[in-house]
Amino acid sequence: MRFVKGILFSLLLLIFSAPLAAQEEQEATGAEEEFDPGTFILAHIADSHEWHILTKKNGESVAIYLPVIVYQKDKGLDIFSSRRLAEGKEYKGYKVVEEEGDLKGKIVNVKPDGSIDEKNLPLDFSITKAVVGMLFAALIGLWLFVSLGSSYKKTGISNPKGIQSFLEPVVLFVRDDIAIPIIGEKKYEKYMPYLLTAFFFILLNNIIGLIPFPPPFGANVTGNIAVTFVLALCTFLITQFSGNKHYWKDIFAAPGVPVWLLPIMIPVEVIGMFSKPFALMIRLFANITAGHIIVLSLVCLIFIFKSLAVAPVSIFFVIFMDCLELLVAFLQAYVFTLLSTLFIGLAVKEEH
Amino acid sequence: MTGTMAAVGAGLAVIGAGLGIGRIGGSAMDAIARQPEASSKIQINMIVAAALIEGAALFAIVVSLIAKG
Repeated sequence: MRFVKGILFSLLLLIFSAPLAAQEEQEATGAEEEFDPGTFILAHIADSHEWHILTKKNGESVAIYLPVIVYQKDKGLDIFSSRRLAEGKEYKGYKVVEEEGDLKGKIVNVKPDGSIDEKNLPLDFSITKAVVGMLFAALIGLWLFVSLGSSYKKTGISNPKGIQSFLEPVVLFVRDDIAIPIIGEKKYEKYMPYLLTAFFFILLNNIIGLIPFPPPFGANVTGNIAVTFVLALCTFLITQFSGNKHYWKDIFAAPGVPVWLLPIMIPVEVIGMFSKPFALMIRLFANITAGHIIVLSLVCLIFIFKSLAVAPVSIFFVIFMDCLELLVAFLQAYVFTLLSTLFIGLAVKEEH
Repeated sequence: MTGTMAAVGAGLAVIGAGLGIGRIGGSAMDAIARQPEASSKIQINMIVAAALIEGAALFAIVVSLIAKG
């Protein structure tokens, strides 16, 4: 129990340090130029090839430069540090686009005459900020659950203590309140690994995204639509591959539907098949991104008004919003898992 | 102009979300008043329904973010 209290207390402290960290970062540059909250916020939400820590008074930026891994068919695979591409420099024929537009922030090929090749984009496998955040969350999850498993091996299913007492109720909650009621006693076990993975992956990434400091924390992973796309794709593939005969019959030849109505029903059902995971993707992405944008905007209030008197009000609101975001983190993980279970349950349902 | 219209669209979407979640909250309160011992079940279902409605409203926010270009 003390262990649990310790974790929760330190989490709370870290979350409260959010406004302080952002303040220190901005004071260095606030003096020279007009503060633009829009670009500041969008730069913090978006993925990037370097992990920006602060910008010194003379304009130099202190950042952790992450590796860039690009592949272009005639040039082959190139791995180098993103420091070579920092501030618009060009290296080995690659360049990061700085002008506004569709390609902003992406790595492009530079043609021999110096212009950007807009049609032929290289394949970008770089380790960006979101990838580092994801790997870090995966490491934490791995550590938590491997130690959970090994402590069960040592003591058996007995009185839980330590990390067990923290994780066991959550795992049992996913099994007893989500999986069994919806998928059913006989078939739920096959899908438990995926449901637990989805739940804890989303939960860990949400929480880590809320903690701003130090560097592996604070990466906006679940607020990246590519990540939520892959999660929704996993749910989609699992539902389709475990669909039984009744599931496919319901889509293509629903019982009780007159034949002349089928040309309308089939497209509607197929669209429904795709729109459900699509909604999963958008829901998670928008909730987490909206939360980050709100917290960042409230902190930016201090810099827009340029007065210290706004600070207590702003920080109070930020603390409140951070607590709300913590609730949203749990809730979104739960809703994603619940809806995935519902779709899987629909796919494996027996005719009664 | 597209920026203003996008903002107006987002605001309209929030009206729908607010009405929906308000109705859910109201029904949940009525149900809890009728049967206080079921209050934790009702609360969980209320939060889930609110999250789903919020998902729909956030669809609209995403569309307005895309529309502003």
